[in-house]
Amino acid sequence: MQKSLYLDADKCTGCKQCELACSFERDGSFNPIKSSIQIFTFHEAGRFVPYTCTQCDDAWCMTACPVDAITINTATGAKEVNEATCVGCKVCTIACPFGTINYNTDTGKVTKCDLCGGDPQCVTACPTDAITYVEADATGFSRMKEWAAKTDNAQSAA
Amino acid sequence: MAWTNKVLRVNLTEGTLRYEPLNQEWVKDYLGQRGLGTRYLVDEVDPEVDALSPENKMIFATGPLTGTAASTSARYSVITKSPLTGAIACSNSGGFFGPELKFAGLDMVIFEGKSPTPVYLYIENDEAKLLPADDIWGKSVWEADEILHKAHHDPQLRVAAVGRAAESGCLYAAIVNDLHRAAGRSGVGTVMASKNLKAIAVRGTKGISNIKDPKRFMASTAQEKEVLAENAVTGTGLPALGTQVLMNVINEIGAMPTRNMQDVQFEGASKISGEAMLEPRESDGKPNLTTNAGCFGCTIACGRISTVDTSHFSVKDKPQYHHNSGGLEYEAAWALGSDTCVDDLDAATYVNFLCNEDGMDPITLGSTIAAAMELFEKGAITTEHTGGVELEFGSPQSLVWCAEQVVAATEFGKDLGLGSKRLCEKYGMPDLSMTVKGQEFPAYDPRGIQGMGLAYATSNRGACHLRGYTVASEVLGIPEKTDPLVSEGKAGLVIAFQDATAAVDSAGLCLFTTFAWGMDNIAPQIDSACEGDWSVERLLEVGERIWNMERDFNLKAGLTGADDNLPKRLLKDVAKTGPAKGRVSELDVMLPEYYELRGWDSTGVPTDDTRQRLSLA
Ligand code: SF4
Repeated sequence: MQKSLYLDADKCTGCKQCELACSFERDGSFNPIKSSIQIFTFHEAGRFVPYTCTQCDDAWCMTACPVDAITINTATGAKEVNEATCVGCKVCTIACPFGTINYNTDTGKVTKCDLCGGDPQCVTACPTDAITYVEADATGFSRMKEWAAKTDNAQSAA
Repeated sequence: MAWTNKVLRVNLTEGTLRYEPLNQEWVKDYLGQRGLGTRYLVDEVDPEVDALSPENKMIFATGPLTGTAASTSARYSVITKSPLTGAIACSNSGGFFGPELKFAGLDMVIFEGKSPTPVYLYIENDEAKLLPADDIWGKSVWEADEILHKAHHDPQLRVAAVGRAAESGCLYAAIVNDLHRAAGRSGVGTVMASKNLKAIAVRGTKGISNIKDPKRFMASTAQEKEVLAENAVTGTGLPALGTQVLMNVINEIGAMPTRNMQDVQFEGASKISGEAMLEPRESDGKPNLTTNAGCFGCTIACGRISTVDTSHFSVKDKPQYHHNSGGLEYEAAWALGSDTCVDDLDAATYVNFLCNEDGMDPITLGSTIAAAMELFEKGAITTEHTGGVELEFGSPQSLVWCAEQVVAATEFGKDLGLGSKRLCEKYGMPDLSMTVKGQEFPAYDPRGIQGMGLAYATSNRGACHLRGYTVASEVLGIPEKTDPLVSEGKAGLVIAFQDATAAVDSAGLCLFTTFAWGMDNIAPQIDSACEGDWSVERLLEVGERIWNMERDFNLKAGLTGADDNLPKRLLKDVAKTGPAKGRVSELDVMLPEYYELRGWDSTGVPTDDTRQRLSLA
């Protein structure tokens, strides 16, 4: 069964443990700029919002790549960059509408979320469950449940 | 490794910058941050210098775990000589600035001298330069932060700056980073402004990749994060209510400093408590608290992000405050609230915003305003001094007016900017100043929590809760419960807390972890990250060495055992209500035992044996 990352900004505290776990997994370093997941702070609104690749089915980055360096991992559904093939042309970074594939000046290749081969480290690191790894067909169910509780007359009457 | 092994030395007088390796011999004995920064300071600064002269230095120091995946790895400290106390100053802050310094490859930045004109330091990885600060001098921290972000076209830039309070010489000015995190106490911001240094803006993308044993480090830090998550204080209380979880608790046990410490319980406490911050307001249906927030790497997330009611008198006509920012922590809520008898949550939150916006220590500000209110009550300050304004306990208008005077540096505002010791001396009633070594008390009345009286009296930076927080044991039962009303056994307890705290402050970690972590939770995280063997015993020895080194600086600066004292009010006037009713602080019983257990002579000077045992320079 395929799974997806589910990001819930309401739970995020902006601690960046996810970025640290990601950069450590990908780069062996603690370095937020090397993280494929990024936390954005909207100070005046009092919001912290995690954002990363959603692994589009019809992925713009994959379509745009001139050397077919981006392929699908059939087990996880992740679009993965094959570093040996990538020529660092950055066309994918232009093609991605969400900005979630980025160039790494150290390697001369692009880098993006690959779901850590099915064991996403940001999920393990997040202390608040703002990032969870859930059934791809049911990413909305937890939010549905919250609304179900709100719209359930019997419960709100109780 | 975990240290970057690189120190940036900035000579502001000459405008020169130079890199040097970190002193590895000192690392072995002082670990990092508070300990190591202080080691550099005592080596380079004559303790007798005027704190606001170019001869004083100021050190920004990170710890070995700063910026790593260890929980609460956000911390850095600013070490200098304090203009408020004349003693050592070491103020610790979280946010995101400290880790950014580390990511730029720096363990420390040492500032020397005084710039002839206002400047700020810009650091981008290995490149650092002093730039003119003409367009940010005279601006608030918030304005300076925005201008610097625009000037460098970099939304990721991390800024630590001083505000207008520091520029006008307020003696308790803070250095504020990331808009609402502060190296708050002892006037470290005043020192920074005295050097004509407005801000440090840093961007680091080098990261940390020299952990000694990465696998063991990740396993150890993951395990200890679980411990924090499962603990009632760090896993539930602090995320839900912040440090404000304490407001009602401390009030109930009769240790809530109220009315300039005339009382130990505040009838309005529940109105300014953490619980009150969750209550929807009448005006817009929103609670004061928008969300909790974490500093970098913090899995506790006690930070408060709040708004002021836009219809409140303090901000009604000031749309620039109609947004979220750093909300009330317990210390600010107490000092701006119960000590001034103001039970108006919005007024306290607004003044807290001002403290962040213009860099003031809310504890000293609130206590100084409370002292001014008592001076007014007793007729020493009159409407002639205030230009017609009445300073009344319980008046949110008085509180707000006073805070705005300090920011605007009006004549009376400058008096308030002196802190309560100098204010009360100036107006002829020195006994009304609630301070130790010139620094105001935090939120625990020592008549109701005996250990804290000793902790305050002996604290190396003046009255402070962050040098030996025996509240943990005496109130919360961590690591084990002791009776807050009993002074027996407290000397040993205070020493244990002081030494452990010095070690935690030198690691790059937040002290709040110690609600859940003992040294045996902390040592393996340091040991797996850092060269050398970092056992619990060694860390405690480092802590004790740091404590004695700070003491030594203070003694050389001219302080003596006589300064290990409390105001008469706490030694002579009994608590009027609550469980501590009828009691005073029993400092006289605890202090001699403390000196003895420390290995100091009867005047409070470390003996030669003690110095040798700790290999103190
Ligand atoms: S680890 Fe979780 S709470 Fe922390 S920043 Fe990432 S998503 Fe937010």
